Amino acid sequence: MPDTTTDAPRVPLVGWGRTAPTIAALTPVHDDDDVRAAVLAASGRGVVARGLARSYGDAAQNAGGTVLDMTAAARVLHADLETGLVDVEAGVSLDELMNQFVPQGFFVPVTPGTRLVTVGGAIAADIHGKNHHVAGSFSQHVRWIDLLTADGQVRRISPGSDAELFWATAGGMGLTGVILRAQVQMKAIESSRCLVDTDRTEDLDSLMTLLTETDHLYEYSVAWIDTLAKGRRMGRSVVTRGRFARLDELPAKRRADPLKYHGSVKASVPDVFPPGLLNLATVAAFNELWYRKAPKRKRDQLQSIPTFFHPLDAVGGWNRIYGPRGFVQYQVTVPFGQEEAMREVLDRLSSFGTASFLAVLKRFGPGNPGMLSYPSPGWTLALDIPVMKGLAGLLDSLDEVVIAAGGRTYLAKDSRVRPETFEKMYDRLDDFRAVRKRVDPEGVFTSDLARRLAL
Amino acid sequence: MIDALGSPSSLLLVGGTSDIAVATARRYLAERPLRIVLAARDTPRRGVVADELKAAGGTVEVVDFDADDASSPARMVAAAAAGGDVDVAVVAFGLLGDADQLRTEPAAVAQLAQVNYVAPTVVGTELANLMRRQGHGVIVALSSVAGERPRASNFVYGSTKAGLDAFYSGLADSLVGSGVSVLVVRPGFVRSKMTEGIDDAPLATTPEAVAEAIVAGIRKGRHTVWVPGAMRWVMSGLRHTPRAVFRKLPI
Repeated sequence: MPDTTTDAPRVPLVGWGRTAPTIAALTPVHDDDDVRAAVLAASGRGVVARGLARSYGDAAQNAGGTVLDMTAAARVLHADLETGLVDVEAGVSLDELMNQFVPQGFFVPVTPGTRLVTVGGAIAADIHGKNHHVAGSFSQHVRWIDLLTADGQVRRISPGSDAELFWATAGGMGLTGVILRAQVQMKAIESSRCLVDTDRTEDLDSLMTLLTETDHLYEYSVAWIDTLAKGRRMGRSVVTRGRFARLDELPAKRRADPLKYHGSVKASVPDVFPPGLLNLATVAAFNELWYRKAPKRKRDQLQSIPTFFHPLDAVGGWNRIYGPRGFVQYQVTVPFGQEEAMREVLDRLSSFGTASFLAVLKRFGPGNPGMLSYPSPGWTLALDIPVMKGLAGLLDSLDEVVIAAGGRTYLAKDSRVRPETFEKMYDRLDDFRAVRKRVDPEGVFTSDLARRLAL
Repeated sequence: MIDALGSPSSLLLVGGTSDIAVATARRYLAERPLRIVLAARDTPRRGVVADELKAAGGTVEVVDFDADDASSPARMVAAAAAGGDVDVAVVAFGLLGDADQLRTEPAAVAQLAQVNYVAPTVVGTELANLMRRQGHGVIVALSSVAGERPRASNFVYGSTKAGLDAFYSGLADSLVGSGVSVLVVRPGFVRSKMTEGIDDAPLATTPEAVAEAIVAGIRKGRHTVWVPGAMRWVMSGLRHTPRAVFRKLPI
C-alpha cells in the first residue's frame, strides 16, 4: 500500500514553535475539486488543512499523511461595503483583509497578535484578540462556513443551520472537515488610527485591579507582564488599551486620508540565531528597558494598526530567535475568582528562571457554544518559553493548578499537554467527538495534535 | 506522538525484559503515563515486568518476540503498531555469551551472531519501514563500547555489537528526511542481570543511568550517546592505541 495516493512531496512540517517536526505529503489545493480529490484519496494516515502555520504546536501537521496547503485559495469572493459582510476563501489572510478593506473603512472583527493567519485557521482555532471582553471570538463574527466533509460533500453550515457542526468546526482545529469559504462580518471604522491609553502597574494585584475596574471602558485591552520581575514586583506590567479614533479625533493633517493603511514586514530574523543567545541576562535587560521606556500613564495617544495590534509582525520570522531547539507557548485561562491560581502559575514560571520575554494577560468576556473554543470568562495568560531542561515537568505541574482552578489550555498554542489533562479541561469534548463521529465516521481528518491528545 | 518537549505517548521495548528496557520505561513513567508494548519471549519474567510497569502507571501490552525465529520481527512490529503509532522503539535484546565457549564452539558463535546482530538488523528494518509510513518516530539501538574495538577477552560479543552499531549508524543516515531518527547508545559495563557475577569494569554504570541518557538523548535530538559520557574519550584513546600495546592491556 502506498503511503499516500498523491504525488505531493513528503516534507518535514513544524508549527510556529519549530518543535517536533513530522513528515507529510504537502498538497497545494486551489479549488473545491482539488480538496475533494485529496480528501477522497487520503491514505489511512488521514488529512488536515494548513494555513499560514501560526499555530505554535502540531495542529497543522499530520505525520505520514496528507496536509493541504490552503494558502493557494485566497480570494475575496464578494464584499458588501454597506453591511461589511465579506465572502472569502479560507486561505485569505487577515493581513490581506486589512490591506483591502481598511482603506474602505472596515477592520477585521477580531485579530490576534499577528495578522498573518488565514480565515480558515482563525475559525478552526476560534481565535480571540484584545477585544474579546466586548466582541467575543472570531467565529462569533462568521455568518456561514462552507465545509467539505469526509464524504466529499460541501455543506454550508451556520449557527442556524446544523449548529452542532458549526460549533464543532469553530475551534475544532480542522478535525471536522476542510473549511473552504466563509462569510465574515467586518467592523466599520472611521479611521485607521487607534486612540491608546497606556498605564504601568507595579505588581500583579494592581494590574488585576486596574483591568477589573476599567476594562469595560475600552474596546481593546491587553497587559504585558515582565515575567522576570520577582518578589514584590512580580507581575509588573504595561497596560495598553484603546479604540479606533473617530474622524473628528484625528489631527487636521490626517483627516484628508483618515483610512490610510500600510502593513508591512520591515525586517527578518536570519535563520542562524545561535542557541543560548537569549539568556537570563539579555532578556532581563530587554524587559527592564521595555518597562522603563513605557510611560507611567499616558492618554489618547494615536497609534497605527500594526503598532497597536501587531508589534511583532514588523519582524519577519521572529520565532527563529529562540534558536534551533524551538520554543513553546504556555497559554491558559482560569475563571474569575481564581486569581490565586493565576498568581501561582506566574510565580512558578518566574522562579523557574526561563529566559522569557513578556507574558500577555487579558480578561476574557463570555464564551461561545464552540465545543473546543478556548475563551471563557476569566483571566488568560500567555508566554513563550524556550525549550529547556525541566520544562516538561514544570508545565505538567502547572496544568494541575489550572485544572484545579477550573481552567484550560489553548489548542492553537499547545504542543505538550497530556491527553488525560486535556480531557479534564473541556467538558464538551464528548459532544465534539460525537459530531466528528457523525460527519467523519472513518476518521479521515486527523493531525499530530489529534493523535497526541486522542481527540 | 512525541511532543514538543520530547515526551512520547508510546514506547516499544524489544527485549522488553532487559534491565535497560525496563529502566527506560520506568524513567518515562516517572514523568507521565504512556502506552508500553513489551516485546519478549513468553516467560514468567515478562509477566512480572508487565505487572510492574502497570503498577507504575503504564498501559501495558505484551507481544511475543523471539530473536531466534526469523519470522518473529515482522509479526512483532505489526502487533505493536496495531494499537497505535510507535513513537519510540528501544532495541534492547542481546546476549553476552560465554567467552570461553565462544572461543571454540562455532554453533555458539552462530547463535550469538543471530541474536546480537542478525535479529537486530531485521527488527531495525521492520521498525524503519513502520516509522517511515508513520512519518515520525525514534529507534533506539543498544550498542556497546565493546564494539568500538573488540578485545581478546570477549571479541565475539564485541564483533556482534560492532556490526549492530554500524547497521544502526548507517540506518540513521538513510532515514534523514523521513521524519524518523535513530539513537545509537554505547554503554560501558552495565551492572545488570546480563553481567551478574562478573566483576565491575572501570567506569561501570547502571541501567538507570543508561535510561537517563536515552531519555535525554531523545529530548536533545542526539544520534549517539555514550554512558557514562567519559567513555567516549576513553574509547577514542583505546581505538588509537597500537595493537602491540592494546593486546597486553588488562581489559
